[in-house]
Amino acid sequence: MTDIAAGSTATAARKGEAILTVTDLKKHFPIMKGVFRKQVGAVRAVDGVTFDVYRGETLGLVGESGSGKSTTGRVILQLDKATSGSANYEGEELTTVSGNRMRELRKEMQMIFQDPHASLNPRMTVASIIGEPLVENSTMNKEDRRKRIDELLSLVGLDPTHANRYPHEFSGGQRQRIGIARAIALNPKFIVCDEPIAALDVSIQAQVVNLLKDLQEELELTYLFISHDLSMVRHIADRVAVMYLGNLVELAQVDELYDNPRHPYTQALNSAVPLPDPVLEATRQRVILEGDIPSPANPPPGCVFSTRCPISTEKCSAEVPVWRDLGDNHWVSCHFAEMT
Amino acid sequence: MPDLITGYRAPNGRTRGPNGHLLIGGKPVLEVDGLKTQFNTQDGTVHAVNGISFDLHEGEFLGVVGESGSGKSVSMMSLLKLIPMPPGEVVDGTVTFDEKDLLQIDVDTLRKVRGGEVGFIFQDPMTSLNPVLTIGNQITESLDLHTKLSKKEMNTRALELLELVGLPDAKQRLKSYPHELSGGMRQRVMIAMALACEPKVIIADEPTTALDVTIQAQIIEIVRDLRAKLGTALIWITHDLGVVAGLADRVLVMYAGRIVEEAPVRELYANPQHPYTQGLLASVPRLDQKGQALSSIEGQPPSMYSAPTSCSFAPRCPHAFERCWNELPEQRVRFPGHKSACFLDFENGEPIK
Repeated sequence: MTDIAAGSTATAARKGEAILTVTDLKKHFPIMKGVFRKQVGAVRAVDGVTFDVYRGETLGLVGESGSGKSTTGRVILQLDKATSGSANYEGEELTTVSGNRMRELRKEMQMIFQDPHASLNPRMTVASIIGEPLVENSTMNKEDRRKRIDELLSLVGLDPTHANRYPHEFSGGQRQRIGIARAIALNPKFIVCDEPIAALDVSIQAQVVNLLKDLQEELELTYLFISHDLSMVRHIADRVAVMYLGNLVELAQVDELYDNPRHPYTQALNSAVPLPDPVLEATRQRVILEGDIPSPANPPPGCVFSTRCPISTEKCSAEVPVWRDLGDNHWVSCHFAEMT
Repeated sequence: MPDLITGYRAPNGRTRGPNGHLLIGGKPVLEVDGLKTQFNTQDGTVHAVNGISFDLHEGEFLGVVGESGSGKSVSMMSLLKLIPMPPGEVVDGTVTFDEKDLLQIDVDTLRKVRGGEVGFIFQDPMTSLNPVLTIGNQITESLDLHTKLSKKEMNTRALELLELVGLPDAKQRLKSYPHELSGGMRQRVMIAMALACEPKVIIADEPTTALDVTIQAQIIEIVRDLRAKLGTALIWITHDLGVVAGLADRVLVMYAGRIVEEAPVRELYANPQHPYTQGLLASVPRLDQKGQALSSIEGQPPSMYSAPTSCSFAPRCPHAFERCWNELPEQRVRFPGHKSACFLDFENGEPIK
């Protein structure tokens, strides 16, 4: 089944409609040189990605550093302006929407950042950090706001009596909870989680992930969960998209992607993750990729993965593979996906 | 008694670690006893390492696992006084290496050991390589300090080392500066530098943490390969239970500046005897398993401003009982080669006498 339309409608019926549709989204950062700041090239951070996010699901977006996964999240939320392409949120085109309307929409679309040390203002109390979106975007009076802040703090598992403390008085995991409380303050529908657990210790990661899962159920949230940790994404996501050098290489239901990966890059990623099991590790066969990820300022012609791919042929360095549905909403961009 | 050390004897009668590394003998190259390190800061004394003891045997691969602040890096750096002093201070303990106590010998002798008989691989190769010296220069620097090779021999040796760690275009790379290399290549250079003087022991501090997963796989493969070839004893500090599972012969688990559990690698993962290890293993999601509920360890690691007088894990422990709050648990041998610092016997669920 390579008919794109048929594939996506079948899934839409199965998983609820798309809350966000991203089509051929690009973000190129210009490289300037010389006294006149002439543009000499561009870093193709995101180079044409197409995917849907369905209501109520968690879409995992995985990739290595420099693959453009964070930029994708930021461009969707208009924190960076898109170079071209479209991001359609419930019928509204985000890339062209007016500033005022975007302010309205921000109530529904929030972000949780990676580093809880850098994303909380050290001079604001927890109450004012969490209360700020309420001041900006709602008509609540002081007393209601105070009540809502207490409610939010208990919701994320913090003690409401700590509302007047400052961020430095909290540990990393607790700070991330404050960031989560701020993100859900306005009852959003869609949250971009940009590596929310990468800066946390293993035992604290599990706490935060479980909290995110509980909140999703309780508040009917939709997540775009950006991460480099494939094991954690398998745990939390419903569907997973794999990014490489600004392009999506594969997108499928979570178990399908991990048990039956079609793209050689996904296969290599899967086999590179060490398992916490010495018995399995002793006999495990690995696909070790040669070399490093190429520079996004100068991506290879044809398939972006062709320089490191163990099965690449001449066709791969000449022709860009089509992003297509193999059936059952398993999307892949590899010339040989049908053969493996 | 080599099988007591590893808890494993290969079928052919030769003693091998569970990851297949040949254990040349049962003799410890490094013996650490009662090591205590603290930092005297403006806010008070931070008790980073609170009395740890362990042995490292010839050719052994020892994994040291713990979360940030557990004292895993500080304890291993204290062995060679590689912590800033002041504010750091090694207050107690002995470190026996080559019949010397490394904590007592003078600075000149210690400098011969550092980088010579004991090599280091650090986490972030960008900050540990000198940006204004070529790769070749940096490798030959340690050869110059620790060996009597001529300049020509040193260059040949440097080239040999870069080829050993699988750096492409090794000859060209000798003239490269660190910024011209990618993260994975820089870490290969760090490994080459650590190996330069044929050390007896290498201490690697989170060597793959800053790397992407596919590059991490490359480095792990090289380390495995080199271990089989050279048989150097290695201490590998990490927070990633996955990385040590496939590499280590034996694992130490650290929490709040103490070793809470010590066991051969397979034994530790199959039969953890300390509630912290159990919690840690249960909170790691696995790539090969479907989204099961992830259990988490509630609470936070303790403040390190006071020396522990009771079990540091008790406030987070689901099994804690009265004794845990009053007494500091010592490491006890539970099975051959398997020690745990817990007052509970998980075989029968009864407190230990």
